[in-house]
Amino acid sequence: MAKHVSVSRRIFIFFNYIFLGATAFICILPMINVLAVSLSSSSAAAAGYVKLWPVDFTLDSYKYALSKPEFVRAFIVSLKRVALGYVINILLCILVAYPLSKSKKTFKWRDFYAWFFIITMLFNGGLIPTYMVVRYLGLRDNILALILPGAVPVYFMILLMNFFRELPQEIEEAAYIDGAGYWTSLWKIYIPLSKPALATVTLFIVVGHWNSWFDGLIYMNSMENYPLQSYLQTTVIGVDFNRASLSNLASLAEVSDRTFKAAQVFVGSLPILIVYPFLQPFFIKGLVLGSVKG
Amino acid sequence: MINNKRLRELPLHLMLLPGVLCTLVFSYVPMAGIVMAFQKFVPVKGIFKSEFVGLENFKYMLSLPNIYSVLWNTVFIAVMKIIAGMVFPIIFALLLNEVANDFFKRSVQTIIYLPFFLSWVILGGILIDILSPSSGIVNQFLSYLGIEPIYFLGDSKWFPFTLIISDTWKNFGYNTVIYLAALTGIDPTLYEAAIVDGAGRWKQTLHVTIPGIMSIVILMAVLSLGNVLNAGFEQVYNLYSPQVYSTGDIIDTLVYRIGLVDTQFSLATAIGLFKSIVSFGLIVLSNRLANKYAGYRVF
Repeated sequence: MAKHVSVSRRIFIFFNYIFLGATAFICILPMINVLAVSLSSSSAAAAGYVKLWPVDFTLDSYKYALSKPEFVRAFIVSLKRVALGYVINILLCILVAYPLSKSKKTFKWRDFYAWFFIITMLFNGGLIPTYMVVRYLGLRDNILALILPGAVPVYFMILLMNFFRELPQEIEEAAYIDGAGYWTSLWKIYIPLSKPALATVTLFIVVGHWNSWFDGLIYMNSMENYPLQSYLQTTVIGVDFNRASLSNLASLAEVSDRTFKAAQVFVGSLPILIVYPFLQPFFIKGLVLGSVKG
Repeated sequence: MINNKRLRELPLHLMLLPGVLCTLVFSYVPMAGIVMAFQKFVPVKGIFKSEFVGLENFKYMLSLPNIYSVLWNTVFIAVMKIIAGMVFPIIFALLLNEVANDFFKRSVQTIIYLPFFLSWVILGGILIDILSPSSGIVNQFLSYLGIEPIYFLGDSKWFPFTLIISDTWKNFGYNTVIYLAALTGIDPTLYEAAIVDGAGRWKQTLHVTIPGIMSIVILMAVLSLGNVLNAGFEQVYNLYSPQVYSTGDIIDTLVYRIGLVDTQFSLATAIGLFKSIVSFGLIVLSNRLANKYAGYRVF
């Protein structure tokens, strides 16, 4: 179909592309600037010469960051947290979503349990009582303090429950006649059929664990147990002189504070930047799944 | 048969058990811990032996000199974020919807919601660097235009707007995707009918596109009512400093400082409880409204 395109439409399209492109550029500009700073020499960065491209290219700040045992240790704590947290979260998410996806007719207690979980989304004890519970259970300085309080991700559980509900009931009924119980049916039918939904939930859980920092800050007494984001919070954002050991100050003079901080920020976001382009379609699907369908 | 049915339900209970236990311990026990708000809680005595003081903590909360400015800051920052977080994504989604080139469209989407996936620690580190009055790129650009350097994070006049703009930066890509999904969901035959009726592009937008996304716009607006007291703890905590407490301190940061820094556990719990109750009321109200006007149900 040949379409006539009016002049005003052409002008609109032209400016529309310019506006959208410019906005996208402004959104990414801060990241590019900080990346350029992290790759520049400390004198150029301190003098404010660095714009969008490194000046006097050097990897010194990265070498310095990676040579700090605290930084590497925090990175490893984060990896542990993501792995363990993911396994527990996804397991509990599935084990709760499946029974709740049953109708009230098949599972009499369904509504009771559903409300039991929904209420926690509407109301919670708040920061201090939750902190006290973790403290009295002796979980401080234990990695479980970062995982158990949010062990059931209720929002994603609802998302998965809705996905389970949409699956055709006939398959399970047929399996039941063949002697398959709920465990078999969950394992052999529901999980394989829900791969797209599980992939989306997986990504959000992993990113969530990687990005969490506040729980590490309050539940870990010793900095050795900080995950990377909590570590960066104290070293890059809040300069806490009580905790920074004085021996570092000498080497800080060589690598300027600014380039070093920029390098750490960049390493802290690297895992997300690496997986981001591949996972983006899943994220979009998840966002739409979660918000439009509810 | 009835016995059989109950037996058949047993595995479902077993599946729920670990999740129920975790939720009981880490969500319901803290709810019981709210009693602290009505006590003069001392950690050594524990929750059962601490002295009961009734509403004393709430009275004390209202006598705090900064409580009203903190309340105002919270509501102001949160409401401005909600407004900016709706207007900008809707406009952006409408414009993006007009783009025919699929590659350009996808690239723009990918870029604009990258900040959504980075933590406020990372974004805070980036913002502190680019907004620095001496060497930050933003103030360099302003001085190039002949504008005096602005201390975005240290000047209490600018601080709330820095929060609102940087929050929009982090989140507008995410919201754009939601509105874009609603836009692509509009029945194409409506456009064809409009063209037959002689509607140009502008009329099509006005009479087909905008009514087509109106229900989701209303839904998002109503649901955001529950966030009126959520001004964004993670963001404020990473960006604020004592110089900007007068305009940037919010309920959540106040609770954190009173509770975990000054260890006045009961007072902090009382302030937190006050916020939880108001928020709970707002969420229930917003869900009622959403159900009434958009037929929305949470589950």
